[in-house]
Amino acid sequence: MSQSQDFFDRPATLRLILNSLYVICALLVGLDFVIHRHTEHPWEGLYGFYPIYGFIGCVILVLVAKWMRKGLMREEDYYQQTRESKTENTHGGD
Amino acid sequence: MVGIELPPFLLFYLGAVIALLGGATWRGPAMIVVIILSALNLWQLPAFYGLETQLMGMELKPIHIDRLSLLFGYLFHIAAFISVIYSLHVKDKMQQVAAMLYAGSALGAVFAGDLLTLFIFWEMLAVTSVFLIWAGRSDKAYSAGMRYLIAQVISGMLLLVGVILYYQHQGTLMFSKIGLDSIASWFIFIAFGIKCAFPFFHNWLTDAYPEATPTGTVFLSAFTTKVAVYAMARGFPGTEMLVYIGATMACFPIFFAVIENDLRRVLAYSLINQIGFMMVGIGIGTELGINGAVAHAFNDVIFKGLLFMSMGAVLYRTGRINGSELGGLYKSMPKTAVLCIIGAASISAFPLFSGFVSKSMIMSAALKDNFDVVWLLLLFASAGVFHHAGIKIPYFAFFAHDSGIRCKEAPWNMLLAMSIAAALCLTIGIFPQLLYQHLPFATDYSAYDVSHILTQTQLLFFSALAFVWLNLKGMYPPELPSTNLDVDWLYRRPLPRLINAVGRSCLKVDQVARNGILSIGRAFENRLANLHGNDGIFSRTISISSMVAWVVTLLAVLLVFRFI
Repeated sequence: MSQSQDFFDRPATLRLILNSLYVICALLVGLDFVIHRHTEHPWEGLYGFYPIYGFIGCVILVLVAKWMRKGLMREEDYYQQTRESKTENTHGGD
Repeated sequence: MVGIELPPFLLFYLGAVIALLGGATWRGPAMIVVIILSALNLWQLPAFYGLETQLMGMELKPIHIDRLSLLFGYLFHIAAFISVIYSLHVKDKMQQVAAMLYAGSALGAVFAGDLLTLFIFWEMLAVTSVFLIWAGRSDKAYSAGMRYLIAQVISGMLLLVGVILYYQHQGTLMFSKIGLDSIASWFIFIAFGIKCAFPFFHNWLTDAYPEATPTGTVFLSAFTTKVAVYAMARGFPGTEMLVYIGATMACFPIFFAVIENDLRRVLAYSLINQIGFMMVGIGIGTELGINGAVAHAFNDVIFKGLLFMSMGAVLYRTGRINGSELGGLYKSMPKTAVLCIIGAASISAFPLFSGFVSKSMIMSAALKDNFDVVWLLLLFASAGVFHHAGIKIPYFAFFAHDSGIRCKEAPWNMLLAMSIAAALCLTIGIFPQLLYQHLPFATDYSAYDVSHILTQTQLLFFSALAFVWLNLKGMYPPELPSTNLDVDWLYRRPLPRLINAVGRSCLKVDQVARNGILSIGRAFENRLANLHGNDGIFSRTISISSMVAWVVTLLAVLLVFRFI
């Protein structure tokens, strides 16, 4: 059995999953106009507040995290390297 | 059992002794029996059971049971039961003994009625749990365990100082609401805060938990932080500062979680994020807020345990845990994948899963008390949780690109433990009353109304949509083998360097000072040598006749003076 035959590797499955996600998202936004939600905060009552907030929040989260990588990312053995080079140094010093 | 009333922690400590003496084959089963007996003991203890004693004139109450501590007591039994089943295949005496002592210490801490007893179990938690990290038996695990232990012991020392000052000030050691109004209470607050993984004090957690053994991390995730949450709920309810600290804790770790490669470290960051929600609930301090925080702590132990167990199973079977090296494991470990997804759905607070019924309490409490900005931050954090824990963990481990790894499904005991946890997640999610009726305050709260369900589902599905969109656009940061700098960088890089530099400069000053003094001494010595050496003024030889001449001269001068 080749790998491409596994269920989640088939392009058709992927398409199905994505399409159902799109349909569900559309339905959920649609429900906002049908169901009267009780709200405690003025913004909550806005149509599509939660979907928009969730989507934008996540995009910002990922973009900021990506940008953080520029400043914070180091090689995998960053901390161990320090220790090894330190032991080398002490050996050199001796 | 009926009629015998044992302190709740005692059977666990006895279990540790049994584990220490017992043979490898029945050590695990014996531990399970002990946990069941201990749960029965706790169940049959009378309500408001307590022990009181005196020590050097101080009133102590080593055991005190009320609704708050009882719920945590049951929770720790469940957590210990699941974790021991999960680690039944382990034949490592050190880990098993440490685990029993650790769980017992957690019980001792939540049932401590006075601050001195709390302090003792607080330190026991630190000392016993570090062996679960060292059991990783690598250089990394050893040094991470050391840093973990230092952080925990500092927390313990601060607690001790706080308790002593508190006793001087208040004249009592009873552990009830403390509130932030004296120096003593600040010491205690910070001590609790370190174990709660407050911002800037959080790296002991993200540093050490991912270095423990696959089974050790499951134990670790259940106890230490939850004892701290309990202590905070008892000592500092309604402290407004906790709301802002909690909101910070809920938000900042998710950024780190998104770019972290080690999937267990992702979960460690997400643990801080969940504690943030609990801190907000405690800080609000209303009945709804406290109930929400405690309920969320209960659920978090189970779903976070489930997630740590699924990643532990992956690590156990493949030897790898980095997102960059995993993928496609659903083919080899389909059951683990399904159980992991249940944990992921619970932590993301999907309706019908346990996170939903407790997180929504905290959100409602925040809105009711007009913490609008905090509510928005928590909403952002909820979407973020789904992003990094709900999607990222299962996606990069079990789906994503196929890593080509083919391994066996997790062992039966791991699957059993995960199944129990998953069943609890679903049961509490579907029948929240089972949990609500045991909360500290009576509640008629209902998470399941149309608005809640709809809004939460919208939030989550559009977070998923964002994930898909970013992935399709190629904007999602790939998993990369990397280390991300966090606050721990300060004490792992500049601080040791600073200490080295200070040490070196001290050495230099010392050397200069020594050289200076030595050279002065040497100059003095040289001078003496010059004076006394060959041709020195003091070593010249003078003839007797000239000596006599000088004496006569001297006497003559004296004679002259006599006459003047």
